[in-house]
Amino acid sequence: MIRIENICKSFDGTQVLFDISASFERGKTNLIIGKSGSGKTVLVKTIIGLLPVDSGNVFYGDDNFTEMNFKQRKHIRMQIGMLFQGGALFDSLNVEKNIMFPLQMFTNLTLKEKLARVDECLDRVNLAGANKRNTGELSGGMRKRVGIARAIVMRPKYLFCDEPNSGLDPKTALVIDQLIKEITIDYDITTIINTHDMNSVMEIGENIIFLHNGHCAWRGNRKEVLRSDHEELESFIFASDFLKKARAAILAEK
Amino acid sequence: MKLFYHIGRYFIMLGHMLRKPEKSGMYWQEILRQMYDIGVGSLPIVAMISFFIGAVTSVQTAFQLLNSFIPDYYVGFIVRDSMLLELAPTITCLALAGKIGSNIASELGTMRITEQIDALEIMGVNTEGYLVGPKIMGAIIMVPFLIVIAAYLGMLGGYAAVAATDAVENPMYIKGLLVWFKPYYINFMVIKSVVFGFLITSISAYHGYYVKGGALEIGKASTKAVVYSSIAVLLADYVLAILLT
Ligand SMILES: Nc1ncnc2c1ncn2[C@@H]1O[C@H](COP(=O)(O)OP(=O)(O)O)[C@@H](O)[C@H]1O
Ligand SMILES: [Mg+2]
Repeated sequence: MIRIENICKSFDGTQVLFDISASFERGKTNLIIGKSGSGKTVLVKTIIGLLPVDSGNVFYGDDNFTEMNFKQRKHIRMQIGMLFQGGALFDSLNVEKNIMFPLQMFTNLTLKEKLARVDECLDRVNLAGANKRNTGELSGGMRKRVGIARAIVMRPKYLFCDEPNSGLDPKTALVIDQLIKEITIDYDITTIINTHDMNSVMEIGENIIFLHNGHCAWRGNRKEVLRSDHEELESFIFASDFLKKARAAILAEK
Repeated sequence: MKLFYHIGRYFIMLGHMLRKPEKSGMYWQEILRQMYDIGVGSLPIVAMISFFIGAVTSVQTAFQLLNSFIPDYYVGFIVRDSMLLELAPTITCLALAGKIGSNIASELGTMRITEQIDALEIMGVNTEGYLVGPKIMGAIIMVPFLIVIAAYLGMLGGYAAVAATDAVENPMYIKGLLVWFKPYYINFMVIKSVVFGFLITSISAYHGYYVKGGALEIGKASTKAVVYSSIAVLLADYVLAILLT
């Protein structure tokens, strides 16, 4: 479990995050949703310590991450996997070497064991056999899968995904969402997903916080989203007429 | 004020770089890769530049000395000493600043923008150490070799030029290369090239590592890398000339 308390963050005098508190549960897909520029990426980067917070605390389990020194943080980071928005694959390495990189850097496994682990992860993301592909020749969806495979290769306790389905067609987006959900349950990890995609909200939104201009404006789950009368949330999720009608129809059905 | 900010952050980067490596094997592998990229990758341009500079220096000097009372073998002597003291280390390193510097800045800049550096950081890798350290090490090891080759090829270029134009008799040129040789000049040249190699790679890495924004900023960063590392090379050249002579 990850808990954040009163996170504030600003850049050069412009405040981006205002007093955000939340807890993210283990074995669940926790969502941070909001429009582009609402502060989702910045929030995730402060949680994992890529950006320092101005004030507030981040707890991994019972340990206060914000108060840790470089070495202690490193210990926590070994338990974190992250999927970046563009995949952040290392261009100079092929698929196999990308996924194997954390193992090379941090474990003393033999090459055979490492390769076995790579195959297992590739298999998990349904990319078995793609070992020798160049990262440059992968499609958007495949890049994300390789990114996920690399994120889980160290068997993390925490998984962060920044816009896992941005830039993907709706079908592939759903597949990636499902994949992340399955991994969360299978490995019993705490997963935090940034998204502005309403499909994800409806499919995997088990514990949602909604950011609006850097404020945590709403929290709940996907069922509560349907019934919420929160103005900004409504206009964010049910942006089109079509979706408004669909929502009304679903609510009428029940 | 901005200058102090950059200098401060530059030294912080270098400080972080010295943290203990996660796994020395991976670092060695990376150092070898950089040695290859920097050393072998720059050899053609270094060879070409130094050969022609040597040729031009000898032709120019021969022309100046024409019909004077100064003996012909002074041409070889002047080519040798100017290659060793100034042309090989400084001119070659200015060319290297262009090639290696822009390479490093755009590679690191791209890694920054595409979040590859963040990805390494999250894994727990000391990114300054792993990305910047091996580049500096690679340069410190390889640039002296490049410079020695450059000096040699410069003298060879001078020889080719005098041989082609018969402004000076070939044995006289060779005699000039051999007279009043001070081994100390070689040390001087190697010291310079180590310092220049360090400056070029560290300054360029700094500009790439802290890129913010998009593709446009990567271009700007690599221009800055070339400009500032060239300036640093020239300043260091001056300082070393005062300190070491
Ligand atoms: N490194 C930075 N420096 C300054 N401003 C930033 C930085 N990163 C993000 N911001 C600003 O913070 C706000 C939130 O950005 P972000 O978290 O990326 O939004 P999103 O919800 O789309 O992920 C934006 O207005 C952005 O301009
Ligand atoms: Mg974002």
